[in-house]
Amino acid sequence: MSQPRPSILSRFSAAGPLAMLAVLFGLLSIFVPDFLGVRNMRGLILSVTLVATIAPTMMLVLALREVDLSVGSTTALAGVLCAVVMSSTGSVAAGVLAGLAAGAVVGLVNGFVVSRFQVNSLIVTLATMEIVRGLAFLASGGEAVSIPVERFYALGSGSFLGVNYPIWVAIIGFVVFAVVLNRTVFGRNVLAIGGNAEAARLAGVPVNRIRIAVFVLQGLAAGLAGIVLAARITSGQPNTSQGLELAVISACVLGGVSLSGGVATVTGVVVGVLIMGAAQNALNLLDVPTFYQFVVRGGILLAAVLFDRLRQSPGFLRRRAPMSVTGAKA
Amino acid sequence: MDQALLSYAGVGKTFPGVIALADVSFSVRPGEIRALMGENGAGKSTLLKILAGEYRPDSGAVIIDGQARTFASPRDSAAAGVAIIHQELHLVPDLSVAENLLLGDFPRRGGFLDHKALRARAVEILARLGEDIDPNSPVRALSIGKRQMIEIGKALLRDARIIAFDEPTSSLSARETQTLMRIIRDLRAEGRAILYVSHRMEEVFALCDSLTVLRDGRHVVDYPAMDGVDQARLITAMAGRTIADIYDYRARPLGDEVLAAEGLLGPGLSRPLDVSVRRGEILGFFGLIGAGRSELFKLLYGATAPTAGHLRLRGGPVVFDTPRQAIAAGLALCPEDRKGEGIFPLAAVRENIVVAPRNLDGHPFLDMAAEARRADELIALMRVKTPTAATAIGTLSGGNQQKAVIARWLAADSDILLMDEPTRGIDVGARSEIYDHIYRLAEAGKTILFASSDMPEVMGVADRIVVMREGAIAGIVGRDEVTPDLLLRLALPDAAQDAAGAD
Repeated sequence: MSQPRPSILSRFSAAGPLAMLAVLFGLLSIFVPDFLGVRNMRGLILSVTLVATIAPTMMLVLALREVDLSVGSTTALAGVLCAVVMSSTGSVAAGVLAGLAAGAVVGLVNGFVVSRFQVNSLIVTLATMEIVRGLAFLASGGEAVSIPVERFYALGSGSFLGVNYPIWVAIIGFVVFAVVLNRTVFGRNVLAIGGNAEAARLAGVPVNRIRIAVFVLQGLAAGLAGIVLAARITSGQPNTSQGLELAVISACVLGGVSLSGGVATVTGVVVGVLIMGAAQNALNLLDVPTFYQFVVRGGILLAAVLFDRLRQSPGFLRRRAPMSVTGAKA
Repeated sequence: MDQALLSYAGVGKTFPGVIALADVSFSVRPGEIRALMGENGAGKSTLLKILAGEYRPDSGAVIIDGQARTFASPRDSAAAGVAIIHQELHLVPDLSVAENLLLGDFPRRGGFLDHKALRARAVEILARLGEDIDPNSPVRALSIGKRQMIEIGKALLRDARIIAFDEPTSSLSARETQTLMRIIRDLRAEGRAILYVSHRMEEVFALCDSLTVLRDGRHVVDYPAMDGVDQARLITAMAGRTIADIYDYRARPLGDEVLAAEGLLGPGLSRPLDVSVRRGEILGFFGLIGAGRSELFKLLYGATAPTAGHLRLRGGPVVFDTPRQAIAAGLALCPEDRKGEGIFPLAAVRENIVVAPRNLDGHPFLDMAAEARRADELIALMRVKTPTAATAIGTLSGGNQQKAVIARWLAADSDILLMDEPTRGIDVGARSEIYDHIYRLAEAGKTILFASSDMPEVMGVADRIVVMREGAIAGIVGRDEVTPDLLLRLALPDAAQDAAGAD
């Protein structure tokens, strides 16, 4: 933009996440054999559905200038409860409802504590992350709970129009939340609160109600992700999805969602999710040992945060607001 | 006669659209306490900030010990022997008194903090101040008055020869004020040059040797001694200016009462307050900073909760638990802190306007075409100068941001507008446009509550003026009877008020 000496990094970031994705796909298709194949692409997309199902609501949470670390644990708890209820009642509907309810309750608790007591959401959801993980282990007795209802497996492995159901779930999520963010008062209010919470309150935005609603939506999405995951692995696993929250946040931030709130686009988040998936997929194809993948995942998160920082650096806005004018009076 | 220790020589400073200081000259000798007085916005703070190295003058210079100095930073200024005791104190609440005193210059032994020396030096300084303060207690536990002593102690430790006090007694009790004045006299006896900024006349008369009055950023009167200065002359010097035509007052018929408060009490107010405003009226609220105007507006608006009293809206009782309820009832607030409470800096100008109306109508889905049309109309009507309606509002000038905030409430069709310092930091051209909009709104039957610490402005625009002082109404003055002297007399805390005052 109008920075005096744009570094390569800032030019890269200003060009937008889509350019980053294009460059990454270009490089990977050259250097990684089989990367661009249809089978591999389908596998890549299937592998990111878990992150993709939770990412749109995480986008709303970050746009509010909050964060939710509890989604990984919530995913596990929802899967476990879904399995426990389904195996004891034999009813798919009861199991699904149990999983969604678990997610909604975790989100409600997060949202209530954050908005009612004005506690930092990082700390609140760090606490609920631990609590909910514990509940998942307690509910399952510490072991995987197998699901005896076979028709439920279709949710994980079946497909419609040649596209797997988990991918459909993610696509529907993106479409729904694109509409919510761009076409509803609720979505614009989320951005307003993230942009300036006090100004939003004084402009008549129901700040606390929206905060709670966004955390509940986030909990529901994590619950849904847990149910789909349970269908894929035909069981409820209490120790699954550890570190999922970081992958989701990384994807959002890579996709241009600002950690300081008020800025988010759904297309950006889709791109962020694909960047994460492509990186992971390439590492698998190249037979990079799992341990390195932690390093790479952390590195990607670090890079995402750096990009976020760059976007906010002075000079990103074309002209800074003349703050000193107010200093002249007083 | 001693040579001046500190001189301002033809100092000028301009901010975009505002001349903060123009050709200001005066000096302070060693062993002199010089008062610096003037209304809000007269340029006192800017003068102090130049001395502190926070601003650089555009013209003229600060001369210390006969040498012209330009401070690049507060550190430079401190190194030249200047200390500023600010209204807001710069202490670390959880560190001890001794640690705060010596922060940045901790005594060391072998690379480790020398606790013994730290304590010894703190005790020595506290003794010089004659203050009974435990050097080990955390600053958090001290009263405001004692904290101020710590700030003065820091100045003494650095052996600052020039000490400027910015409204030091604004939050002190009467006893603390006495202690402070004793210490300032001691500092004078040691030959330091003291600059004392205050609104409180009786303190200035009791303490100071000489006086400089600023008005509109210009150096108005210089009194080398306090004999022959009286309150009346001082008030005229501070306020005496004619009201320029930019206000262009337009009279209009007033309707029935629309909003009234009875016995209202809450955060920021010191006594129950009654006020009533009529349809089509422009009701001014004048007072010094901290007089309670913004706090009153927040109470009326449901943004803070009252502890007593009630509101009457169009004849019926009403309670606002949230701003949202007040907005639904037709109220609107343009906050004083535009950046912190008014705008969404990264969002488009259009978004900043439609945020209020879209929360009123109850439809979950946006009608984006209608919103864009409405916003574009209002941008044109309010003459908001912006490249496009999609430009981030944070990139616009203050005046244009303010016009967009007013446009927000026009879009919401609010009919009682609480405008808190709507022209602060805005240049003259944009100001007269805003006044014009205010008259038009009032002529259209809307009601305006207009808070301002700019006396000519409030006199020029308002039908009646509520003068606030220390969290209470000091008087309500009609347009026909208002004079600058009267307003200042009501707004300034005087000796009698102080004795009976809350502290």
